[in-house]
Amino acid sequence: MEQKLTLGIDSGSTTTKAALFDGKEIVRTGMVPTGANPKESIQSLYQQMWSKDVAYTVSTGYGRALLDQADKQVTEITCHARGAAFLNPDIQAVVDIGGQDSKAILLDRDRNVVDFLMNDKCAAGTGRFIEVMMRTLGENLEEMDRFVQGKTPANITSMCTVFAESEIVSLLAKGVDKGDIALGVVQSICRRTAFFAQRLKLSGAVFFSGGLAQYEIFRSTMESFLKLPVHTHPLSQYAGAIGAAVIGYQKASRSWN
Amino acid sequence: MELIKELPAIFAEFGEQRKNSFVRAFELKQQNIPFVGVFCSYFPDELAMAMGACTVGLCSTSDETIPEAEKDLPRNLCPLIKSSYGFAKTDKCPYFYFSDLIVGETTCDGKKKMYEYLGKFKPVYVMELPNSQSPEALELWKKEIIKLKNKLEEHFGLPITEEKVRKAVHLRNELRRALREFYQVMRLDPVPISGLELYNVLNGASFRFDKAQVTQEIREMTQRIYDEYKTAHKYTKGPRILITGCPLGGVAEKTIRAIEENGGHVVALENCGGAKTVDKLVDEDAEDIYDALARRYLDIGCSVMSPNPNRLDLLGRLVEEYKVDAVVEITLQACHTYNIETLGIKQFVNEQLHLPYMSMETDYSTSDAGQINTRMTAFLEML
Repeated sequence: MEQKLTLGIDSGSTTTKAALFDGKEIVRTGMVPTGANPKESIQSLYQQMWSKDVAYTVSTGYGRALLDQADKQVTEITCHARGAAFLNPDIQAVVDIGGQDSKAILLDRDRNVVDFLMNDKCAAGTGRFIEVMMRTLGENLEEMDRFVQGKTPANITSMCTVFAESEIVSLLAKGVDKGDIALGVVQSICRRTAFFAQRLKLSGAVFFSGGLAQYEIFRSTMESFLKLPVHTHPLSQYAGAIGAAVIGYQKASRSWN
Repeated sequence: MELIKELPAIFAEFGEQRKNSFVRAFELKQQNIPFVGVFCSYFPDELAMAMGACTVGLCSTSDETIPEAEKDLPRNLCPLIKSSYGFAKTDKCPYFYFSDLIVGETTCDGKKKMYEYLGKFKPVYVMELPNSQSPEALELWKKEIIKLKNKLEEHFGLPITEEKVRKAVHLRNELRRALREFYQVMRLDPVPISGLELYNVLNGASFRFDKAQVTQEIREMTQRIYDEYKTAHKYTKGPRILITGCPLGGVAEKTIRAIEENGGHVVALENCGGAKTVDKLVDEDAEDIYDALARRYLDIGCSVMSPNPNRLDLLGRLVEEYKVDAVVEITLQACHTYNIETLGIKQFVNEQLHLPYMSMETDYSTSDAGQINTRMTAFLEML
C-alpha cells in the first residue's frame, strides 16, 4: 500500500511551522521565520514539505488563509488543542505563549476544546514581550536557561511592554545584574499568563506550548504559578502544525476507507 | 419654545447618505414635529409619542467622531459614549442636530458624567434612574416619569393628557408585539433569514417615526418571510447562536458576520434593540398608567441594575425558545457593568443552561476584525 501523509502548516506571527503525519507518527517537521512576507514563507515551507504522498493539507495560525493549496483551514485554537493532546494524551489544558498572542484552552475528557481564552489585544504576556526585553538587555533568548541560572529575580512591575522596557532601562542604569532582570522578566510573563489561564478554572496536567516552552526556566516558573503539573515536549513549538496534520488525517482518512 | 428648523452650517460637506438623513429630519421639522433625542431604552417613549414628538436614538455607531470626543473625554471610555458625544459636538448627526431636547438617564457612570458636559452645548434633561429594582426604586422611577412628563409639557408647551398616554401605550405595545412576532421567525430551523438581516430590521424600526405604519410593515414582512419559507429554504442548518451584551450598533456588522461567515446562525439578540427592549409590554389596563410605565421600564434587564436577575430570566427563556446551541457575549471596551457581568453570565450559561459561552470585548474600529474572526471560528469549531 502506498504511504499516505497529511501536512499541517501553522503560520504564526514569528515562525511558520509544518508537520507531516502518517497516521501514527510525526515523520518530519520544518520551520522557517515568518518575516515580513508571511505568504512567501508559508509557500516556501509548503514546497519544502510537500511530496506526492501528501494527501491532504490543513493550514492554521493567523496566516492560515495565505496557502491556496490547503484543503482546509482550521483555527490555531483547535489545532493547538489537538496537537498538544497528540503529544501528551494525559493533559487537560493547554497554555500557549505565541509570538503575538497567548491562549489558554480547556479540554474535556475526549480531548475536545470546551473553553478557551485568548489575549490578542496587547503585546504583554506574549513572546513579543520577551523578545523586546531580551533585546533591551542585549542578550540572546536561546541562552535563557543558562543566563538566569542561580539568579535572584528583579521585580518587574509593569505589565505593558513599552513601560516594562523603560523599567528595565532604569534597572540597568541602577546597575542591577542582567541575569536578575531576565529572571524577573520570565517571572513577570509567567505570572501574567498563569493568572489569565486560571480564569478557565484549570485542573489536572497542563501542556505548555509555543516557542518559549523549549526553555526549562519558563516551564518550571509556569508550574510554580499555576500550581499544576506543567508538561512540555521537544516538539511543543510544533503543536499547532501537528494538530493541523492530525485533523487533516482524520478528515482525509474517512474517504480512504 | 422655538423648534430647531435650520440645517447646520457644515451640511454642504456631508456625503449623500448623511445629507438624505438630514433632509428627512429637516422635512419633519418643517411640519412642526418636535424631536426628543434619547440614549437609552429606559426612556419612556410613550410620553414623547403622546405629545406628537419624534423620539430619536442618539447612540452613535461610528468611530468617525471619536478623536473629536477624546479632546474632552478620557480615551479609555466606552466607544458608544465617545462617539455619541463626538457627533453632538460636530453637528454631524441629523438626530442630534435637530433634537430640541435630549433626555438622558443616570444609567452607567460613563453616560451620566458625559451628560454633564453635553448639557453645556445642548439642552439636556437627565432622569434619575435607580440602580436597583426594589419597591423604593420603583417609587422613585415613577416620580421621575411624572417629572419628565411635566418637563416635556413645559419645554414644548404641549399638553400630555392621560388619554393620549394610554393611546401611545397601546400603539407602542403593538409595535413591540409586531417586532416580537418578527424575531420569532428565528424559531425556525434552518433559519429563514440571516442574523444580520434580523439585526438590521430591529435597528431600522427604531428610526421609523410613524409607529402605526412601521408596525403594519413589519407584520407584512413577517408574513412574507413565512410564505417564502414554505416554498424554499435559503439557509442550511448550523450552530444556533444567541448574542447578548452591550448595544451592538457599532459592532453588529463585524461580529455577526464573523459568526455567519463561519457556519453559525445568529438566532436571537438579547441586546438593546433586541429582546431586552421588545420582550415586555406595558400593562395597558393598569389603573395608574404611570405606574405601569414605571414598572415596564424599570424591569429592563440592563447591567446597570444591581442585582440584575431579569437578564438571566430573559436569557434562559430565549435559549429555550430559539433552541440555542451556544451564547456569545459582545461587550464594548470599558463598559464596566457589562464587562463585569460576563463572569456571572458565563457561569449561568455554562452551569445552569449547560451551553458553551464566549465573551469578546471590542470597539468601533476595524483593527480587531481578524482576531474576532479567529475567535468566532474557534468557538464554532468547538461546537
